[in-house]
Amino acid sequence: MSEAIVTEAGEPARGDHDHGDHGTLTGISNNKLLMWVFLGSECLLFGGLISAYLINRSRFHTGPAPGDIFDIPFTSVSSFVLLMSSLTMVLALSALQRGDIRNNRIWLLTTALLGSLFIGGQVYEFTSFLREGLGYTTSPFSSAFFTLTGFHGIHVSVGIVMLMSLAISSYRGTLTQKNSETVEIVGLYWHFVDVVWIFIFTVIYLVPSPTS
Amino acid sequence: MSTDTAAVTHTEHEHPSDAKYVQIAILLAALTAAEVSTYFVDIGPILIPALLVMMVVKFFYVAAWFMHLKFDSILFRRFFVAGLILATVVYCIALTAFEFWSKG
Repeated sequence: MSEAIVTEAGEPARGDHDHGDHGTLTGISNNKLLMWVFLGSECLLFGGLISAYLINRSRFHTGPAPGDIFDIPFTSVSSFVLLMSSLTMVLALSALQRGDIRNNRIWLLTTALLGSLFIGGQVYEFTSFLREGLGYTTSPFSSAFFTLTGFHGIHVSVGIVMLMSLAISSYRGTLTQKNSETVEIVGLYWHFVDVVWIFIFTVIYLVPSPTS
Repeated sequence: MSTDTAAVTHTEHEHPSDAKYVQIAILLAALTAAEVSTYFVDIGPILIPALLVMMVVKFFYVAAWFMHLKFDSILFRRFFVAGLILATVVYCIALTAFEFWSKG
């Protein structure tokens, strides 16, 4: 029943690269595998929220229309900030894998800062929408929009907390080259959040929306 | 079994250099600029296909290079792509049920 994955030589399968040798039956890290399974399930969560938005985006009769209220230049800058945070995240991992603790800290904190800028932009966008009469319960469109972008914002915020935890661990001396996989796993989450925003930015903001 | 194992054992390699990551980021920034330019410049009926193509290319580059799917174990790719395909199929069916394609 519990057949193990083994090589032709009868040894447990292991990766070629040093961080592929995790002493697991598959030769890959269970933690990393778990993160990928989680990200696969997150595709379903965000797929549902994006679909709900698409179905409801024309139902705005009791409030402003999406095409009248979106500020594309502002959101473009936010998107660019989040996109660049993926670069700083991967540079943080690269630095730690080289054993460069100082640059690892710098890039981790830069990533957290860029994430915070994105969240700040989202808070500004939400408050300006509220001022223009678009609340959470104004229309099916507004409920779907705030739920989708709000869920994404919560994900970014959780990512910032994880990044700050990593930075604190680094200052305490517990984040070293040996446990760079922790940064890699947080990085996977961060990049996924960026990938989701790539979808949201195109489908919700850039594809022409209905106007009143 | 041995085929699967071979896929697992021969997929982890050295990650790219920082310079390569910067190159990918520049490409992503250029694609974002091209996407945003469609808001200011009317490109007619190819707008939505062009936006979707650029979105998929950006997704591919982030997943392949920044998330290391290009270099890591094929098992990771399978789990992620399985979730992605499942989500796409399920929600395309849901959108069809709500007549999204015909009514918008």
